[in-house]
Amino acid sequence: MELLELTVPLLLAGAALLGLWRRVDVYDALLSGAADGLGVLIRIVPALIALLTAVWMLRASGALELLAGLLAPLLENLGIPPETVALLLVRPVSGSAALGVGADLIRTYGPDSTVGRTAAVMLGSTETTFYTIAVYFSAAGIKKTRYAVPAALCADLAGFLSAAWAVRLFFPE
Amino acid sequence: MGMSGIWTGMIVISLVCALITGRGTEMAAAAMEGASAGVELCLSMAGALCLWMGVMEVLRRAGAMGALSRLLRPVLGRLYPDFARDDGVMDAISANVSANLLGLGNAATPLGLDAARRMSRRTPGVASDSLCMLVVCNTASIQLIPTTVAAVRAGAGSSAPFDILPTVWLASALSVTAGILAARLFARLWRD
Repeated sequence: MELLELTVPLLLAGAALLGLWRRVDVYDALLSGAADGLGVLIRIVPALIALLTAVWMLRASGALELLAGLLAPLLENLGIPPETVALLLVRPVSGSAALGVGADLIRTYGPDSTVGRTAAVMLGSTETTFYTIAVYFSAAGIKKTRYAVPAALCADLAGFLSAAWAVRLFFPE
Repeated sequence: MGMSGIWTGMIVISLVCALITGRGTEMAAAAMEGASAGVELCLSMAGALCLWMGVMEVLRRAGAMGALSRLLRPVLGRLYPDFARDDGVMDAISANVSANLLGLGNAATPLGLDAARRMSRRTPGVASDSLCMLVVCNTASIQLIPTTVAAVRAGAGSSAPFDILPTVWLASALSVTAGILAARLFARLWRD
């Protein structure tokens, strides 16, 4: 794990050296990328406020527990922590909702807990399926989508299952 | 669009559930706390996220996307046999996959849409097997460095925010493989 702990400094040094070698104005590129990052943040703040309000209400009212309790037998059989149930439901529909719900799990259970890690890996290894399909097919003027939706959902399901499984493999309790 | 219904549903379900379980006071407090948690979350990940977007911009200007595209092109030709000789489509697809790998979502989408539009010219209005494959591959995440997630973990006080990298790679690889296999299988079995 030594090398992984050095991921950040190694990536910073590697990117800067590669940039210098390719005669890129490294510092200028770094600042302009960071400025774009602020734009991304400003775009997601409103969604995060709206969604965390809803998620906190769901949790305080006991609805989230109820839902997790209902789906727990199924999820546990699949090896998925039942706490992640809300993330599974919003992931294919909205990217910012999934980020809000996932980040909330990571903070509540701790970034280095099994639930926190599973939420992080689920976020990192799946996409906003329905949004992507809508954008691609409307741009290409497609009316008959044939099997694109079921095939994409297979990939999502596999993503969730393998995220939970891979976390148990790499970080056994 | 769909989010309006989902959000309203979440609020109404909370309200009804709180009334039944008698947790109205807690829920009312949670509504306000949740809103500030949204802002705090953004602030906690702001530094790491901006730093990574900066590093990715350095890599992009250093030509990392072009280099990756050239590496990927032969492999991608096998995934899209109908368009393997169509340079316009294959250039767009390999640039799209490279941008996705580097986590440059803003660059990846227009490239992918360009490929989709070119593909649809052969079969107007109907998603061909190759177009379904393109969409399925874009709904599966293949990011090499999941910067946003790492930023969230760093903001939450993780000791090593990047220690999940191999785990994310394995899960992504399995998910993309499942998507490709499903698309191939459906292509054989699907009857319109």
